[in-house]
Amino acid sequence: MLTHKTSGKAMPVNEGNIQHVSRRKFLGYVGAASALLATSASCKKNDNNINDTGQDLGSGDVGILNYAYALEQLEAAFYVKVAQSPYAGITAQETSYLTDIRDHEVAHREFFKAALGADAIPALEVNFSAINFGDRMSVLTTARAFEDLGVSAYNGAGKLISNTTTGLVYLTLAGKIVSVEARHAALIRDLIAPGSFADPLTASNGVINPMGLDLQRSPADVLAIAGAYISTKINASNLPTS
Amino acid sequence: MNVQHILNEIEKTDPEVYNKLDTRRDAMKSFFKASGKVALATVPIAFGSMFKKAYGGNTATIVEVLNYALTLEYLESEFYKAVVAAPGLTVSLTGAGRAALTTIRDHEIAHVAFLRSAIMSLSATPVTYTASNFDLTGGNSAAGTGPFSGTNSVLLNYDIMLAVAQVFEDTGVRAYKGAAGDLNSNNDILTAALQIHSVEARHAAHLRYMRKNAGVAVKPWITLNQSGVPAPFDAAVQPSYNGEETTTQATVNIVNIGGQTISANAASEAFDEPLTMAQVLAIVDPFII
Repeated sequence: MLTHKTSGKAMPVNEGNIQHVSRRKFLGYVGAASALLATSASCKKNDNNINDTGQDLGSGDVGILNYAYALEQLEAAFYVKVAQSPYAGITAQETSYLTDIRDHEVAHREFFKAALGADAIPALEVNFSAINFGDRMSVLTTARAFEDLGVSAYNGAGKLISNTTTGLVYLTLAGKIVSVEARHAALIRDLIAPGSFADPLTASNGVINPMGLDLQRSPADVLAIAGAYISTKINASNLPTS
Repeated sequence: MNVQHILNEIEKTDPEVYNKLDTRRDAMKSFFKASGKVALATVPIAFGSMFKKAYGGNTATIVEVLNYALTLEYLESEFYKAVVAAPGLTVSLTGAGRAALTTIRDHEIAHVAFLRSAIMSLSATPVTYTASNFDLTGGNSAAGTGPFSGTNSVLLNYDIMLAVAQVFEDTGVRAYKGAAGDLNSNNDILTAALQIHSVEARHAAHLRYMRKNAGVAVKPWITLNQSGVPAPFDAAVQPSYNGEETTTQATVNIVNIGGQTISANAASEAFDEPLTMAQVLAIVDPFII
C-alpha cells in the first residue's frame, strides 16, 4: 500500500526534473511528497481519507479552507501569468488593475496556506492551455469566469462552515475575501463591457437572479468548472454537505 | 432618532424586546429620549451589547438581523429611486451612468422584497419604511438641512451623489459581513445573505469605477481606510472606512506574506472588513428620520 501510494506521485523530486520546473512547482512537488509521507504514516488510522482519485481536500472546516485554498491557487497562478505576459494593447490602467488583483489573489493564497499550516494541500498543477495570454478578450473572459466562479463558491460554502466559535471566525474570513472577489468580478466585467458588473441571469454570462441575488454553487459544481484549468485531480468527497 | 425608531419597529414584531433587553420599557424609552446628539456616539455601543444579551443564535436573532438588513436596503432603494427620478440630475446622469444606477436601484428594490418575504417566512413581521422616513441630506430631519443639502444635494450634484452611493454600498458590504455570523444557524438565510452581500460589493466596485472615470482617485477596492470622498464630507463618512486599513488577518500578517511582495495597500485591499450592527446604525442614523 505504501509503495503503491508513493509511486508515481513523489516521482518529480529528483535532479533531472528540477531543471525543467519552476521553483514554485518544485516546492509544490516537495510539499506533495511530504504530505503523502505524512499521510502514509497515519495510513492505518485514517485510510479512507486518501485515495487514488485525487488530492483529498479533507473534511470539516479544514476541508472548506482547503477548497478555498485550491481556488485561490488557481486564481493567483492565472494573474501571475497575466502580469508576466501582458496581452497585446494592454493599457496602463488595466495593468494597474490586474497587478492589484494579482497581489490580492496571491495574498489570499498565502493566507490560506499559512492558516492551514500542516493541513494545507500541496501546490496544485494548473493547466492554462486553453487561454491565449496574448489576447485581451481571452484573458479578461477567463478572469471573469474565475472571479464569478470564486464569488459563487464562497457564497455556496458559507453554510458548509461549522456553527462553532472557530467556524464563525472562518465564516467572517470567507466574507472578507468574497466581497473582494466580487469587486474584482465587477471590474473585470466592466473592462469587458461597461455596465455589465452585475448582469442578470438572462444575459449572456449573467450572474444576478430576479430576486437580486448573486450566484451560489456547491463545491462539486465549482470544481467541475474549475477542473478544466487544474491538472491535479481533486477529491472533494469528504467535504461537509450542509 | 433612528435607534429609538428601530426599537419601536422591533417592538411591533417582538413586544418583549424591552424585557429581553433586560431593562424596564419606560427606563429604556426615557434613556433614548434623554440621549441627545452629543451622546449619540455612545448609544450604539450600549445598543449592540444589549442585543447580544437579549438574543443568542435563535430565530429571534435572525429576524432582528434581517430587519436590520431590510432597513439598510430600504435606505438604499429609496436613495436610488430618488436619484434616478431626480429632475436636477437628468442632465448629468445619462447613458451608461443612468443605466447602471437603474440596475442598482432595481437590485435594492428586489432585496427589500426578498428580505420582507424571508422575514415573513419566519412568521415574523418585517419593518416598513417609505421615502418620507429618510433624509437624504443626512440631517436626520424632515427639514432636509443636512450636509448634503442645497447645491450639495445628492439629487442635484452628480459627483456627490456617486460619492454617497459608494459609501452606502461599501457600508452595506461591511454590514452584511458583520451580520453573517448571526445567521449561521440557518443555512438558507445565511446563503441568501451572502448572495446579497456580493451583489452590494459589485455595486460598490462599479460606483467606484464610475467615480474613477469621472476623475476621482479611487479604485474598485478599498485601499487602507481611504474613502476617496473629498472634504468637507470626508470626516463624516470616515466611520464607514475605519478599520479597513488592517493588514493582519487571524493573527497572520499579510504584508509580504510567504515571501511574496505584498504591500500594505494590497494587503488591506485584499480583505474587506466587517462592521457591527451598532456601528452601521450609527453611520446611517443621519439619513433615517
